[in-house]
Amino acid sequence: MAVKVNFRMDFFIVAIIKAAVVAFVLLTALAYLQWAERKVLAHIQLRVGPRRVGPHGLLQPLADVVKLITKEDMMPSHVSKVFWFMAPFIAVLFALIPIAVIPFGTELNIPKDNWLHFPEVHTAMQLTDLNIGVLFILGISGLGVYAVTLAGWSSNNKYALLGGLRSAAQMISYELPMALAIAAPLLVLNTLSFRGIVDGQAGYTLGFIPKWSIFTTFPFNFISFILFIIAAFAETNRVPFDLPEAENELVAGFHTEYGSMKFAAFFMAEYCNMVTVSCVATLLFLGGWHPIFPEKFGSGLIASLLFAGAGVISFLHGFSPARPFDRFTLPVFGVVFFAIAGVFLIPPVATVLMPIFWFTAKLCTVLFVYIWVRGTLPRFRYDQLMRFAWTFLFPVAVVNLFLTGLYVALFT
Amino acid sequence: MDAILFMLFAAIAVVCGINLVVQKHPISSALSLVGVMAALAALYLLLGGEFIAAAQLVVYAGAIMVLFIFVIMLLNAGTERRGRRSWTHYADVPILLVFTGMIAALIANRMPGSEPVVFGQFTKGTATDIGTALFTTYLLPFEVTSVLILIAILGAIVLARKEID
Repeated sequence: MAVKVNFRMDFFIVAIIKAAVVAFVLLTALAYLQWAERKVLAHIQLRVGPRRVGPHGLLQPLADVVKLITKEDMMPSHVSKVFWFMAPFIAVLFALIPIAVIPFGTELNIPKDNWLHFPEVHTAMQLTDLNIGVLFILGISGLGVYAVTLAGWSSNNKYALLGGLRSAAQMISYELPMALAIAAPLLVLNTLSFRGIVDGQAGYTLGFIPKWSIFTTFPFNFISFILFIIAAFAETNRVPFDLPEAENELVAGFHTEYGSMKFAAFFMAEYCNMVTVSCVATLLFLGGWHPIFPEKFGSGLIASLLFAGAGVISFLHGFSPARPFDRFTLPVFGVVFFAIAGVFLIPPVATVLMPIFWFTAKLCTVLFVYIWVRGTLPRFRYDQLMRFAWTFLFPVAVVNLFLTGLYVALFT
Repeated sequence: MDAILFMLFAAIAVVCGINLVVQKHPISSALSLVGVMAALAALYLLLGGEFIAAAQLVVYAGAIMVLFIFVIMLLNAGTERRGRRSWTHYADVPILLVFTGMIAALIANRMPGSEPVVFGQFTKGTATDIGTALFTTYLLPFEVTSVLILIAILGAIVLARKEID
């Protein structure tokens, strides 16, 4: 923004700390999202998934990273070198940038005279709040398609090229219904800043139905939500729209010629895009960090109850161990869960943590749907994919946008 | 700070523009054009036109240039081959310089007294302001443009349609 930058040192330090925390949490979450995906897929297919490395395979992401780093980084002789090197960097770059405008919670306020002698801090739980946050995400994630197309083209391999071509056509086709689906709730909320969007969804109609976008202007915004999710699956190249890397047709699609960390870069970019899109769905349609039922009915206790329940289960299983080590490990986990439950009960901490808890809970639900769909649906054929976008999704999105506009004009 | 950023992005735009002409491979040229678009978006942002900046990214860099690259890849266009050198090849740089000089002279003479730009002064670049302007002050040009685009779309469909009978 064209705002005079006041170089205040405390602002600078807080910004750097926030960026470091967000980057660390995001990258760890990406690794464990992949672990969760393998676990959930395994259970859908009646397997157990990774369980050798660490308890329940919890150290599997670490092992995968070590494996990918230590693999030989080969470059095929026939590739177009500059673009072939550029593609994974572009993929990661444009996947990581959008997280900068995502708000994770309300505000962190550390008062002046606190008993821990912390310096006074007042900052939003967000790296930066742009007036055009939604458009920024659309713009930056739109650039991510260059990574896939360039990777496909520069590999000089017919499978990779086909993957790249498919990706370019698919991205353009599904960007339209996605943008139209996003526009519908924005008509009601009247702002493009994510913080404003979430603030506009506060409160409850009739005292108990939350004013989240999917529940307002029923059923139009609910339809937008479905349209957005479908288009988002296509935009992130996920099953059932993962034709750019359809492995039974194209070997591995656009990343056929990549190995080692360059392959990992594409992998990471895909999961990061998944997280970003789920964040947008949470913020735009599911009310961000607003709880699903009002505070007066005890929504503030949900987190404590959840973690306390996990603690009780850990203790119960610890006292009747299925494996010899469970006698020691499960009570330790139980104590940790009880401690977390206790932390959520401290009032000043809870005001900061509860919004983050609700945001994370909704985010994880959307991500779970992603994984669930991957375990359930078969892949589209390419002509079906294109026909679906242009003859069904796009007209429905346009009509839905019109009707939402009509609704907003008549009733608000 | 603003001036430094302006210089940086202006330089990126100019370098990418030159690269666009110099490069022999169509993909390199197209990507240079993406660079120009992105740098222009950053310049719009610096000047306070935040909506225009986002639209520049979404529409030009995100959609139109992807189509360009799609077509280049689909046709598998190879490296451009230069023909025999004629006298026009030696005249390009002088002609460019003469034209640039003429334009500069024109601007200096015909548009005097334009005030220098102050970064952060223009604040009417938000989506709300642009929407209000489009639907009140500039409603007629806006509607005429949309009709024009509609005609262009219909024309494209008619031209691209396969003859059934």
